[in-house]
Amino acid sequence: MTNLSINIKDEQQKALDMIKSQGLRVLVCSGTGCIANGSLKVIEKFRELGANVSTLTDYDKMTIVPTGCHGFCEQGVLVLIPDLDVTYVKVHVEDVEEIYHSHVVEGKPVERLLYVDPNTQQPVYKNEEINFYAKQTRTALANCGHINAESLDEAISARGYEALAKVLEAGNPDAVIQEVLDSGLRGRGGAGFSTGLKWKFTAANRGGKSYVVCNGDEGDPGAFMDRSVMEGDPHKLIEGMAIAAFAIGADEGYIYVRAEYPLAIKRLRKAIADATERNYLGKNIMGTEFSFDLHIKEGAGAFVCGEESALIASIEGERGMPRPKPPFPANKGLFGRPTLINNVETLANIPVIILNGAEWFSSLGTETAKGTKTFALTGEVNNTGLIEVPMNTTLRQIIYDIGGGIRNGKKFKAAQIGGPSGGCLTEEHLDLTLDYDSLAKAGAMVGSGGLVIMNEDTCIVEVARFFMNFTQYESCGKCAPCREGTKNMLRILEKIVKGKGEMEDLDRLEELAHTVRNSALCGLGKTAPNPVLSTLKYFRDEYIAHIKDKKCPAGVCTAFKKFEIDPEKCKGCSKCARNCPVGAISGELKSPYTIDQNKCIKCGACIDNCPFKAIEKK
Amino acid sequence: MGKMIINGKECEFTNERNILEVIRKHGFNVPTLCYRPDLTKDYGACRLCVVEIEGRGLQASCTTPPAEGMVVKTNTEAARKYRKGILELLLANHDRECTTCDKSGECDLQKYANEYNVTSVEGYVQQAVKLPIDDSSPSLVRDPNKCILCGACVRACEEHQGLQVIGFANRSSRTIVQPMAGKCFAESECVNCGQCAAVCPTGALTIKSQTDQVWSAITNPNKKVVVQFAPSVRVAIGEMFGLEPGENTTEKLNAALRAVGFDLVFDTNFSADLTIMEEGTEFLSRLQNGGKLPLFTSCCPGWVRFLELQHPDMLEHLSTCKSPQGMMGAIIREYVPQYYPEFNDENLVSVSIMPCTAKKAEAIREEFKRPDGSYEIDYVLTTQEIGRMIKSAGVDFKRIQGEPADSPFGKYTGAATIFGVSGGVAEAAARTAYVLATGEELQDVVIEEMRGTKRVKTLELDLKGTKVKVKIVNTLKEAEECIREIKEGRADYQLLEVMACPGGCINGGGQPLSYNDSEIKEKRAQGLYTDDATGEFRKSHENPEVKDLYAKHLEAPNSHKAHELLHTTYSDKRKACYISVGEE
Repeated sequence: MTNLSINIKDEQQKALDMIKSQGLRVLVCSGTGCIANGSLKVIEKFRELGANVSTLTDYDKMTIVPTGCHGFCEQGVLVLIPDLDVTYVKVHVEDVEEIYHSHVVEGKPVERLLYVDPNTQQPVYKNEEINFYAKQTRTALANCGHINAESLDEAISARGYEALAKVLEAGNPDAVIQEVLDSGLRGRGGAGFSTGLKWKFTAANRGGKSYVVCNGDEGDPGAFMDRSVMEGDPHKLIEGMAIAAFAIGADEGYIYVRAEYPLAIKRLRKAIADATERNYLGKNIMGTEFSFDLHIKEGAGAFVCGEESALIASIEGERGMPRPKPPFPANKGLFGRPTLINNVETLANIPVIILNGAEWFSSLGTETAKGTKTFALTGEVNNTGLIEVPMNTTLRQIIYDIGGGIRNGKKFKAAQIGGPSGGCLTEEHLDLTLDYDSLAKAGAMVGSGGLVIMNEDTCIVEVARFFMNFTQYESCGKCAPCREGTKNMLRILEKIVKGKGEMEDLDRLEELAHTVRNSALCGLGKTAPNPVLSTLKYFRDEYIAHIKDKKCPAGVCTAFKKFEIDPEKCKGCSKCARNCPVGAISGELKSPYTIDQNKCIKCGACIDNCPFKAIEKK
Repeated sequence: MGKMIINGKECEFTNERNILEVIRKHGFNVPTLCYRPDLTKDYGACRLCVVEIEGRGLQASCTTPPAEGMVVKTNTEAARKYRKGILELLLANHDRECTTCDKSGECDLQKYANEYNVTSVEGYVQQAVKLPIDDSSPSLVRDPNKCILCGACVRACEEHQGLQVIGFANRSSRTIVQPMAGKCFAESECVNCGQCAAVCPTGALTIKSQTDQVWSAITNPNKKVVVQFAPSVRVAIGEMFGLEPGENTTEKLNAALRAVGFDLVFDTNFSADLTIMEEGTEFLSRLQNGGKLPLFTSCCPGWVRFLELQHPDMLEHLSTCKSPQGMMGAIIREYVPQYYPEFNDENLVSVSIMPCTAKKAEAIREEFKRPDGSYEIDYVLTTQEIGRMIKSAGVDFKRIQGEPADSPFGKYTGAATIFGVSGGVAEAAARTAYVLATGEELQDVVIEEMRGTKRVKTLELDLKGTKVKVKIVNTLKEAEECIREIKEGRADYQLLEVMACPGGCINGGGQPLSYNDSEIKEKRAQGLYTDDATGEFRKSHENPEVKDLYAKHLEAPNSHKAHELLHTTYSDKRKACYISVGEE
């Protein structure tokens, strides 16, 4: 046992006292989404009104707490007032006065600003009764939205740095690794490799200089779980990294954050400075022999830098391109030294594993996938946002319980999971648990946790084209199959959605997909064909419909649409003809006009300009 | 050490860095476009070398280390299929004007496409807009339309020269290799060493050819063409005609050049001997008179340009001696008309044959301009170019009867011939400096520590009590280290020999391509050492024609006349390229 210079329990008590002294706490989300919706103005207004709160209410004080992301971004700005456990949704600056007078002063919730259950159409008073929150289990995201993201004291009040104190006091790095191994935690960044093993391999090279690197280059379109942790609870990530550094014998670390996350960078910088000042980071942490310096490296926007070897190259100042493995970073990583590289969410799970024990953690999830996983739930569900669920949660539970079902009573068609490297799931997979192995079997992957729900109005070929466009654009250009293969696959998909596909294209598409999958250099390239392969597997008919029947079954692809003027409605004003960029519309004034289908490029300018709504897209 | 199974055959491995090397050692092969045994950075970009490893599926053999008991199959259906698929993808995005391509017949992409029976790439996205060709360099031509992004050139520039003149720009299928910020070669800090072209598997980086100009001079009845060829050309050119690497073809080459139509054939080895006389004298004078030390050798034009661009503050260290090519150029202009009256200032055309692309740039240095605007040397051909000229002239190089070079600048000593290997200049200088300093002949002429293609060599010479420390490096990356040493006051040597190409001129950017075989440059080096060992004379000051030249014309080394003809000046050339000059 090592004596620490900081008694974390005392610090916790002090922090809790400080929070108590804040009086009535009003938590206003200031994650990136809510800020975009105007949360900074809401905060300002609250602060204005709350100046003389003591004369009005039971509380002698009101404190406005800007928090990290609650996850329910589409309902933002979110305001949570814990005294009655009420969450207000879609709050505008104009609503603040009402909340203040009704809730703060009179203790009566404002019903019109409550969340309305999409199925019952009833307002929900208690936070925990909102189905979106009720079915989640939050561990990595536990504090996000509940503490002031920029306050070290608030982090400490929520048991921040207690786990670090625990491991430093015990002074046994191998025991930490064993705990992580026993927990069954697997990497949350995509590949799902055992975190404990990764730590063990890196720790085997203890003795010289080694590094801990956090991969915060979250690049999947629509994914924002890592951003939420970095913005909402930066100290948890820092603590996780410090524990990792202690375990593997590193004294320096980097957080690689994409430059598109300025708020995360700002809050991390502050958190690192605060933690260093209070001796939770830096030299001789908590009076022990253990030192750990942490730097931030801003990524310059290349998707491929989320691939660990490219990320390392990028930190080293080289062009962000993957390097062949082996050597693995555990043996030869950053600047040629042994390097532990973990994703944000993985590291955010570490403190809770240390505090609650491996046994508790491994009680969640499935046989091979323990704990919880965050997903960015988007698409055609009623509730979209950031969620965290045990790994044995099924797709159905996510869509219908948390997501509140498909919007507008439409039918579920498919779910794209795992981002651009992931795959499609269909109705037959609704009862599949979303863990590494069952998803891999279905031809998809957990990835970083992007989850796009699609309804019957989604064209699956267009979805494949969208993701292929992304991976082609983001291919680093190093290896031939990925660089050239994705380009050719994209071209074929473009042909098909434009109605120019031929049946042989499908064979070539599959052939290319297999070449890229089997011969590309890095994980990004190897998985780039996944959206194509899985949609071809489950929705081949839809591809064939585009090619043979020249039809888009979902009615999405413009190429198959026909623009027609209803002669009944057309007054012959000539506005459409004047706006048509290709001169496809002709007619005589005051009698119905017609569109030459051979000339029409389907741009829609005529529809937009018709004052009589006489033009239809069929 | 261990054993693995390759295609059912038990194969031993020792310290091979990957299974590709093991595969090749045991008589099998797989195609590679990006792998270079002499470059250290494992790259794994072309993916052609995929093989099936039991239990691990398809893996790139160039980046997989060998392991005990590993079972590898190189020729499975899947591996072949994907290789062919990749070749088709690369070809579809490639300028396929093969017949008019400089690399035709030597292009690896062309070769593999043929081996894998790629008969059509229709149906793939074809190469779109043609990108502009960069022919701004006097030495190299860069055609991005033929680039397959194997990265070998980028690595060669970085790993050998530490320069990173070219690098990758853009992402995905828009990736391109180019000098910084889209500049052209001429505006870049390129030293023209040609190591990029020497590792390029396609026609994306090629040598700027002057064979057409030389042919018109040869066929012009009003011109008389004099030619010289460098030490290391003689041990490499045979490779283009099926001879063994390292075979000394000096006399065959003399004969072949005459057969091609050159009027006089001289040997740059002669002027290498002259260089030793001049540089040896300069060195001893600096040593005795407190001149700037360490003295830098000045034979290598890549090195000279590197100093002029990167370290103009160090130019005083550089020997004022012209390179052997430069000296011969001056001698030819000055004395050929005296010995051969049919040559005069108007009709004489001076051509040199070099293992080096940078020599093309050296020949057109401002300092070598003549009053009429022409240069002392008119054209510089590389070994590759003259090989083609010999072929097109219908000369059977393998069978041609050898002939001696023309006098009075055709004789050479063993000291001159080893100029072609890194360390050779220093070794040759030592042989002559010894007698100049001590008045006694050196008995043991071979200085083992100076030999071989190792990148860094240091040793101490004892000139009868006067100790002289010598450092020999090849590649500019190592040279940069020396500059740092000197600037930081850590250098304890008085002579620094630098050759920009790895191993020296035997591995120059103009030599026959050999990037898949690291042993070739060793064989060429051995060829030169054998030439040294078997020649009549081994010390530059013993060359009878050199002695004659001094006796009749130059008086003595470093004389006024010698300075006028054989020495030159250097200057800061940074303004010519994009290197920021900063505040001075």
